[in-house]
Amino acid sequence: MNEKVVEMTCVVCPIGCDLKVTLDENGKFLSVTGNKCPKGAIYAKEEVTDPKRILPTSVKVIGGELPLVSVRTEKPIPKRLIFDAMKVIKSIHVNAPVKRGQVIIRNILNTKVNVIATRTVKENRKSP
Amino acid sequence: MKKLSYDVVILGGGAAGMGAIKGVLSQNASVLLIEREPSTGGVLNQCIHNGFGLQVFKKELTGPEYHEMYLETVEPFDAMYETTVLDVNFENSVLKAINAAGIYEIKYGALVLTTGARERPFEALRIPGSRPSGIFTAGLAQHFVNLENHLPGRRAVIIGSGDIGLIMARRLTLEGVEVEGVYEIMPYQGGLTRNVVQCLKDFNIPLHLSTSVVKIHGRERLEGVTVANFSDGNPVSGTERFVKCDTLVASVGLIPENDLVDKNIETSNDGGAVVDELMRTSVDNVFAAGNNVCIHDLVDFVTIEGETAGKNAARVAKGQKIPKREGFFKKGKGIRVLSVHYTTATVPFKMYVRVEHPMNMAMLKMNDTKLKVVLNAKPSEMIEIMLDPTKYNLKGEIVISATEVKK
Repeated sequence: MNEKVVEMTCVVCPIGCDLKVTLDENGKFLSVTGNKCPKGAIYAKEEVTDPKRILPTSVKVIGGELPLVSVRTEKPIPKRLIFDAMKVIKSIHVNAPVKRGQVIIRNILNTKVNVIATRTVKENRKSP
Repeated sequence: MKKLSYDVVILGGGAAGMGAIKGVLSQNASVLLIEREPSTGGVLNQCIHNGFGLQVFKKELTGPEYHEMYLETVEPFDAMYETTVLDVNFENSVLKAINAAGIYEIKYGALVLTTGARERPFEALRIPGSRPSGIFTAGLAQHFVNLENHLPGRRAVIIGSGDIGLIMARRLTLEGVEVEGVYEIMPYQGGLTRNVVQCLKDFNIPLHLSTSVVKIHGRERLEGVTVANFSDGNPVSGTERFVKCDTLVASVGLIPENDLVDKNIETSNDGGAVVDELMRTSVDNVFAAGNNVCIHDLVDFVTIEGETAGKNAARVAKGQKIPKREGFFKKGKGIRVLSVHYTTATVPFKMYVRVEHPMNMAMLKMNDTKLKVVLNAKPSEMIEIMLDPTKYNLKGEIVISATEVKK
């Protein structure tokens, strides 16, 4: 057996655990050490198969007190889809008011993951 | 001039200030927040990326979510927004503040300073060349992109590898700006490793260590920069190369914001307010918490510090005696930053320290007592140490040190 050990930093949270991931000769995940929580184990397994990331960005708001509302994917989406997801997110706008947690895009790129607002944007009462 | 009076007045409504409000209200004292911006939240409003809240909420949130969710846990409070403090009279415990409606004289029982930090400006780097438009600090670029819907340019170079610079490398890339690279003068990164991974490696943005900008080019608009390799803080002759860009984003550190008070309260050599574990400054009824004490990695710890400061400020305002300082901490070998400089040696508390330079295995000591061993210690990642007066002698001079040890 030709096992291979890959070192990586977990990005699930700012603690940033240093992980050692053991793979078999075909690059298949075998085990992980160095993670301080179970999320780190899931991260390590996904990172060597299909890496996933939360995508935080913003969406244009019409009639709001701010021109943008910050949004994110509710769960991590495959890293390879990030630029395609950005294209979809950039192509839309929402009308004020926007509530935190409001679904802005449902099931983006068939990932079964929603894009949600991460803040409140009230209506702009000053201009029509 | 309108006159007001409160048990506790809090200066700054960011992550630490919101914590302080909650801390004051938990003691049934009256509180007034004075805030420069039109709302609370501070820099959290523009930090739309995830990575906040794991300690306080036990889940990963973005900055705006952390702000709104924390605020929902705080009872209603009095606040003056878009208001600036002109002057604090520490002897009489009264301050002057101004806003569009007029000038106010506000009497306080205790004051909490939660003014945060400002960015070290690009001009602090003393880089020769012209001064065209197109040069931004990372936080300013973040404000433009995330709150105002403006892009700073089309092709960017990032100088300094602090966290905001790394976050902005990703943010600009997602918004269609070409990020040519990140240049760091030190031989190691300035920000968290997770940000190097998810902000640079994910997008194939190169991080050039021991490299920095030595010249700025362009008349009206930035046309490019000359970069060179650095050794021991000096450029290496013959390594200069031109990099075309129309935008330069500087992420070169944060400076604790104490301009209003540093003539009257003790500050450390990095500009932070010097406090004990109750978050009390050198003035008995003035407390401080957050990035104006020392620059933190995690917002959660800033809020928790704010809660401590607010609670103790309320106790002092209500006439309760709080214990005297018994021990004082000194930075020993290998230590760059201490979050706490004094202790009353009455309650267990957490202290955060930063090491002076990266160490594979660092042994942290308090005088001759071993505290803990830290693997992969880096200046960019704060180390937490628990100090319990029933376990350690915390009176007198206490030297905290970090030294490299072998396995």
